[in-house]
Amino acid sequence: MAIIEWRDVVKIFPLRANGEIRALRALDGISFGVESGEIVALLGPSGCGKTTALRIAMGLDGATSGSVFVNDKTVTGCGHDRGMVFQHAELLPWCTALENIKFGLRMKGVTEPLLSEIANHNIELVGLGEAAQQRPHQLSGGMKQRVGIARALAIDPEILLMDEPFGALDSQTREALQSELLAIHEKTKKTIVFVTHDLDEAVFLADRVVVMAEGRIREIIPVEIAQPRSDVRAYRGSNEFALKRTQVWEALHRADE
Amino acid sequence: MSVTPDTRSNGTELFESEKKRFPNWVITVVSVAAALSLWEFFGRDIDPLFGSYPSAIFLAFLGMMQTNALPAAFASSLQPFFAGLAISVLAGVPIGLLLGRYRLFEAAFGIYVTAGYATPLIAMVPVLMLWFGLGFQVKVVIVVLMSFFPICINTWAGVKAVPNSLIEVGRAFVAPGFEIMRRIILPAVLPYIMAGIRLAIGKAVIAMIIAEFLTQISGLGGLIINSAQSFQTAEMFVPIFLVMAFAVGLTALVGWLEKKIAPWQSEIAGDNGM
Repeated sequence: MAIIEWRDVVKIFPLRANGEIRALRALDGISFGVESGEIVALLGPSGCGKTTALRIAMGLDGATSGSVFVNDKTVTGCGHDRGMVFQHAELLPWCTALENIKFGLRMKGVTEPLLSEIANHNIELVGLGEAAQQRPHQLSGGMKQRVGIARALAIDPEILLMDEPFGALDSQTREALQSELLAIHEKTKKTIVFVTHDLDEAVFLADRVVVMAEGRIREIIPVEIAQPRSDVRAYRGSNEFALKRTQVWEALHRADE
Repeated sequence: MSVTPDTRSNGTELFESEKKRFPNWVITVVSVAAALSLWEFFGRDIDPLFGSYPSAIFLAFLGMMQTNALPAAFASSLQPFFAGLAISVLAGVPIGLLLGRYRLFEAAFGIYVTAGYATPLIAMVPVLMLWFGLGFQVKVVIVVLMSFFPICINTWAGVKAVPNSLIEVGRAFVAPGFEIMRRIILPAVLPYIMAGIRLAIGKAVIAMIIAEFLTQISGLGGLIINSAQSFQTAEMFVPIFLVMAFAVGLTALVGWLEKKIAPWQSEIAGDNGM
């Protein structure tokens, strides 16, 4: 049974242009499910509706019709069963790294001494123990996003929803964080759904890649590569990786024909 | 292969130009000293009825300190000033937060705040005297009327400027409305509130003096008007300068306080002019 499932999700935004109101179909009825412990990538060009699909799953936006189900329950708003990682980390600038991680926990009703214990555990998990007392403006982009990930993991959600989590990082930092995310997944076995426009990232991280275009799912491609991904160099250099990459690339570019 | 230590550079001379810069306060002191000297030099030629000069004003200041006229007037002025300013902060900040946060509140009451700010409230003083009398009460009301709006409007604008993405962080972690207000909006708006209070101090000082002119003559405003009417020009300048120094000092204090309670702001924005 899918832990999270999109069923016929449609999202229409009213679009005001030249005094006329037009309807923009951001999502045109998408349906797919994600199994527990799976990593799924939503891949597509800008404006394909992938972020909208994620936001509806989080409960930040409502669907025009259709629903997202988490453990067979309709999503009607945000909940602690889902943890959100934002594109630009979105840390609170007046809080230290550690206080930012505590924010979600506090909202979940966790109190001391558990609060500090969980926050410390999670800041160690993302390798930022040394920077616990620093404020966001003293952190690099990669460190900020680590805090963002730790904040989401700290509330122990069943599903981690990530909106282009590494999109704003330089390529070396991005690769380091991608490997770390796989390591974290190895430890926590969280279900992860992430949005990306980076084909490599999708194939590298995901068990399945959902290729989207113009508000629809074009194809769902299982990655199924036996190679252990912890050996980044071998994995990225493998023939299977190249073949899968080509397959996803073809799916992405089919619409242009 | 040997490595010779590079003795030419320890990297610090890059900042040599920084070192030679005079600190801001030195420049300010030189500027004020120059202005006072010029005034002293040319002011002595003016009929003491029409003008005065720094040393004469200072002598008048000493005299007014001796007779206790100045300290007594200052103490009497401070009471409505601080009472009015406190009411403005306590009312202006929450109302500003509500105006910025809730559409219904903004649509229903925003117009009064905008209109109130643009109204020449000094023109209301005669009718205020009918409502609140001539004493302490009416002076507080006048101070509130002048200082409430800058605080309220700044807070309101500050809430509007809070990035929606930060509020979404609150929503994503299921923060209830008051927690979003307390942990996200209020800290984000704090610099706006402090800027509003700094503006309000200037307004409140003016309101205090005007109130003392137009209602029961008292305090520093009373000293100014009484000295002016008896052609004691040097004595008139003493309370004017005291009020000015007081407002400048209080504004600086609020700026210092802002750095204490919202240190991230100056760290992010930097604090350097050209």
